[in-house]
Amino acid sequence: MEKSFVTFKDVSFRYQEEQPWIFNGLNISVNRNEWVAIIGHNGSGKSTIAKLMNGLLFPQEGTISVDQMELQDETIWDIRKKIGMVFQNPDNQFVGTTVMDDVAFGLENHGIPREEMKRRIKASLNAVGMIDYIHHEPHRLSGGQKQRIAIASVLAIAPEMIILDEATAMLDPIGRKEIMKTVHQLREQRDVSIVTITHDLNEVTYADRVIVMNKGEVWYEGTPREVFAKQRQLDEIGLGVPLVTQFAHELKRYGMELEPEPINQKELVDALWKYHSTM
Amino acid sequence: MNNSMVIGQYVPGDSVVHHLDPRTKISVIFFFVIIVFFANSMLSYGLLTVFSLGAVFMTKIPFSYIAKGLKPIWFIIIFTFLLHVFMTKEGEVVFELFSYPIYSGALVQGVSISLRFFLLILVTSLLTLTTTPIAITDAVEDMLHVLKKVRFPVHELALMMSISLRFIPTLMQEAEKISKAQASRGVDFRTGPLKERIQAIVPLLVPLFVSAFKRAEELAMAMEARGYQGGEGRTKLRELKLEKKDYVTLCVFAFVLIGVFITRN
Amino acid sequence: MEISFDNVSYIYQPGTPFEHRALHQLTFTIPSQSFVAVIGHTGSGKSTLIQHLNGLLTPTSGVARIGPYVLQAGEKNKDLKSLREQVGVVFQYPEHQLFEETIKKDIAFGPANFEVRQEEIERRIYAAIDAVGIQSDMLERSPFDLSGGQMRRVAIAGVLAMEPRVLVLDEPTAGLDPKGQQEIMDMFYNLHQEKQLTTVLVTHSMEDALAYADYIIVMDQGELYKEGTPLEIFLQPQALNKVGLEVPEIISLSSTLEKEYGITIDYKKQTLEELAEMVAHQLKGRATHE
Repeated sequence: MEKSFVTFKDVSFRYQEEQPWIFNGLNISVNRNEWVAIIGHNGSGKSTIAKLMNGLLFPQEGTISVDQMELQDETIWDIRKKIGMVFQNPDNQFVGTTVMDDVAFGLENHGIPREEMKRRIKASLNAVGMIDYIHHEPHRLSGGQKQRIAIASVLAIAPEMIILDEATAMLDPIGRKEIMKTVHQLREQRDVSIVTITHDLNEVTYADRVIVMNKGEVWYEGTPREVFAKQRQLDEIGLGVPLVTQFAHELKRYGMELEPEPINQKELVDALWKYHSTM
Repeated sequence: MNNSMVIGQYVPGDSVVHHLDPRTKISVIFFFVIIVFFANSMLSYGLLTVFSLGAVFMTKIPFSYIAKGLKPIWFIIIFTFLLHVFMTKEGEVVFELFSYPIYSGALVQGVSISLRFFLLILVTSLLTLTTTPIAITDAVEDMLHVLKKVRFPVHELALMMSISLRFIPTLMQEAEKISKAQASRGVDFRTGPLKERIQAIVPLLVPLFVSAFKRAEELAMAMEARGYQGGEGRTKLRELKLEKKDYVTLCVFAFVLIGVFITRN
Repeated sequence: MEISFDNVSYIYQPGTPFEHRALHQLTFTIPSQSFVAVIGHTGSGKSTLIQHLNGLLTPTSGVARIGPYVLQAGEKNKDLKSLREQVGVVFQYPEHQLFEETIKKDIAFGPANFEVRQEEIERRIYAAIDAVGIQSDMLERSPFDLSGGQMRRVAIAGVLAMEPRVLVLDEPTAGLDPKGQQEIMDMFYNLHQEKQLTTVLVTHSMEDALAYADYIIVMDQGELYKEGTPLEIFLQPQALNKVGLEVPEIISLSSTLEKEYGITIDYKKQTLEELAEMVAHQLKGRATHE
């Protein structure tokens, strides 16, 4: 296994002294080119993790390292070049008055020369399929389109990891699909780690690994299939599993054990063949 | 979605006026505003009127649309006109209106003052009609560049302006949304005594402020995440360049300027 | 209250370069006490439609009737206030409308505007917080100290305290976690039945439309694209896909199984347990039935 890209070692954090700890001794890691989904009900501390990763918040105890650099005041700007972030509200992260200006904002911050900027803006808007909207103003874009611009803005800096912090929560189904499709395409084009913080179970199924947070602790960690196999326990901490998984669970009562336990419709159809052929 | 119109709200277009460098437009308008006050003869007014209407024509924006935008101004123009007509007592009595004598000087005064006012509003609104707010900001930042030497925070000011411009439509939509939500809870913004109507604004303003603060906080965080650390070491995507059409415009305007000084009494 | 639209069109900013036709010759009827879901992708005219229900907008042409109230172009409706008392609207992210110092005052705001008597308001406040699940010892706290989910509940209580006969819900669960979404929708459904309300739900969740509505209106580009019972609507997946909508997952699951294995499910709102039973029986024959 390659060395991890982001590592939390014994991280403790609280917003203010005398307030309860959000985490106490948290240990997690994200590898290079890995897709990790972090789930947990509201208040489980999952969004705080995202903000700790690129130094928007600092832990009181423990260390966070990114690409073998410890996160500190001196390294923070280098780390922010490596980790890009897309937030929940599409409006409140759109800085520019047009699409082009918004993508340019991050590039300007990093002092990229004008010609290089133009090239990167084009390339990153192409990557998210928004090049035709280059001169559009934000209030003429849908939520999903704004979030794709946010992804393009992050891509333009060429980061090694992108965090989607509930980036689809305020979108309609079409917007959500657009974002997921964009992320898939990116992963095909280049090496990049993805961290998705989400409520959407379908988004979770795409991840390589899922971290389930509950009350500030890692409750479980594993592949989506391993996580969804714990349907009953997940219910208890207020999280659900996809419909297909529930269905497979129901089938067990009729002696139909499906291998591997399906997490999407295609897997369900494939797994059922075994029973069909015995007819 | 807003049913009301803002005076001089930017109308996208492809005309020569749209494509002029914003600094050209700002300079022309700046000097236009000054020379309007120097005009005092038929000819000088005529020259300015021809120039203004020519500029309007070249924007390719329908005049009826511009006129509609000027609606709130008509009242002031007519009021100014009447004020002068009744208050000035120069020249001969031309006629009597309800046994009130109207002087010839009063008519001339009334017409010229209202025309002056009309031209001022018309030409300044052309700037915002044909220039995106961000282009205006860029121009202002560029024109104030000298002030950087005396530590005037030009970059911060320009960034503040551009972010405000970016959020105006968002906050307007928000204001409309909240006012509809409160109207649905029985608030009446339109009728009733003045005191009640002022009170009705509280349920609109409080949520608007709360949300604006929340937005500001989130925006600051997003900007930080995207590497913003002040104006030091920043590059700029937007570049202002004077082109041939700018020089032509400035020349034409120079002739108008000279013309006004020659033709005035 | 019965709601009926007769050829309703609505145009934003007519006669300007920004003119936009949001509704086009919309005709439909919602019977009193029914639960209707309005679906359609963003920009299909759903929000414009619901703003006609309490007179926030008046049709550019055509007539909208809400119970005894009539909205039509060129006519000022004098009964607007009484219409708004009868039709409660829960807007998207309703917590953005909170403004009072205390939760109690905020909930009282609506009824007070409609000049409801003080004792009656008091009674309604308690009824409303009971419905949305807010504890009465929180009434004196500031609504801005609450979590997002609780703020949403307080805002909803503010609408319920008006005791409307028609409840209009514009994506009331947007942005909540799955558990919160379920609780809020169940709450609205219970109220709908208990108080015999007429409920209009605008939603992106086909699951909710299937679970709660007894009638569905599908909007596309400002026009009425289809209407019918949930089963009628959702058993036409191609027609829905054409306007950017999908069928609920449980229906797509059944039809995939029907197609792949040649079994018959004939989806009629069966539960997942019942579906599993049907599939198990048909796939395995009678062999291993317990």
